[in-house]
Amino acid sequence: MFDVNLIIKSLPMLLQASVWTVIYSLSSVAIGFCIGTLVCAAGLSSSRLGRGFSAFYVSFFRGVPLLVQLLISYYCLPLIGVNVPSSVAAVGTLALCTGAYLAEILRGGFLGIPPGLIEAARMVGLSRAKILTRIEVPLAVRLTLPSLVNETTMMVKASSLISVVGVLELTRLAQNIATSTFQPLEIYLTAGAIYFVINGAITLVGGFAESRFRLEKAR
Amino acid sequence: MTFNPAILTDNWREILDGMALTILIWAAGTAIGLVIGLAVAVLQLFTNRWLAAPLTLYVAVMRGTPFLIQLFVIYYGGPFFGLDLTPLTAGIAGLALYGGAYFSEIFRAGFLSVPPGQIEAARMMGIGRLDIVRHVQLPQMLVIILPALANMTVLLSKETAVLSVITVNELTSVVQSIGSTTFAFAETLLFLALVYWAFLEIVTAAARRLEKRVGRFMLRTPS
Repeated sequence: MFDVNLIIKSLPMLLQASVWTVIYSLSSVAIGFCIGTLVCAAGLSSSRLGRGFSAFYVSFFRGVPLLVQLLISYYCLPLIGVNVPSSVAAVGTLALCTGAYLAEILRGGFLGIPPGLIEAARMVGLSRAKILTRIEVPLAVRLTLPSLVNETTMMVKASSLISVVGVLELTRLAQNIATSTFQPLEIYLTAGAIYFVINGAITLVGGFAESRFRLEKAR
Repeated sequence: MTFNPAILTDNWREILDGMALTILIWAAGTAIGLVIGLAVAVLQLFTNRWLAAPLTLYVAVMRGTPFLIQLFVIYYGGPFFGLDLTPLTAGIAGLALYGGAYFSEIFRAGFLSVPPGQIEAARMMGIGRLDIVRHVQLPQMLVIILPALANMTVLLSKETAVLSVITVNELTSVVQSIGSTTFAFAETLLFLALVYWAFLEIVTAAARRLEKRVGRFMLRTPS
């Protein structure tokens, strides 16, 4: 029998755990955005070293499954003397991974900015850092909003993998309840539904932001 | 931290088995996923909305929920429906259903990219609906959507690692268990990362070459 009571009983706990899912995934996107901006800026710079590093970074973090990256940070960080809570290591790994994807997305945005704008800013006497943070990043974000929103929903989904390295979030709690009640179907379907709602909300907010802030690429 | 590569060479047989299984899962999951994707796209576009609506829901659910949860539902929830799947079958089914949803979106975009005038022309000539799909739409759209299909196929190869969580003995699972029995985490996991990385680079390069070759057949679409 499909046990609706179990779902009703465990829903509050699952919702509580989903708050952690949201916190972990959004903070990794936020940190990953900073990483992505730097990696992207390095990739578009005139320095050969910077471009090489950027290409290496993107290729590695997009070429290795996230699960393997998480296992490495979980098992290997203590070996080199880094003892941080597993949640910190996991969020750091998510951020490094999404940073590579965000760098690729932002690249398109940076390339879409009319060079005249940057020249004008330089003429006005803005510093390199100010041009990046005040002009290039905001414009790149507005040009690439749909992809950025999509990447955020991808990270919400990817954050379920951190359950494997023992971080308590929605998937991990669902696993715990499923193994203790022997009713996995109900619990996992509920967890799936919660992820679906979270991503739906992000897409909705993203769509609203797109309609307000999105810029079409200048021709 | 010590580094002892012998741990890997001592277990080369299991590691090779793991690699073979990973590739098998990837190939099977992609192949079935492509069939599912094409079927879903065709049914969505060419049948009534009572059939299309549940398919749209399927695509939205598979794209909006984590792959890991989908695997759990299929593997642990399967017995509820009398589906006692082995981890391997559950894993391949999961990968195919997951990939199928993404593939269907790509196929759908492909169908819509063929100019409607051609379909009208074909219909005027009395060609059947399925024949139009096969001889007019598919050949043209495949060239257009090939990069997207290749990209998704490459992405699916990375998702196979998640199958280790439902105890499929693929590469990640094999190497991880060697690591935990020998406590040689650094050697095993770094090796694992390198293998995937090299594999992904090769597959991506192959996909690029394929795109270039097929690009010759690219039609200059009338605007």
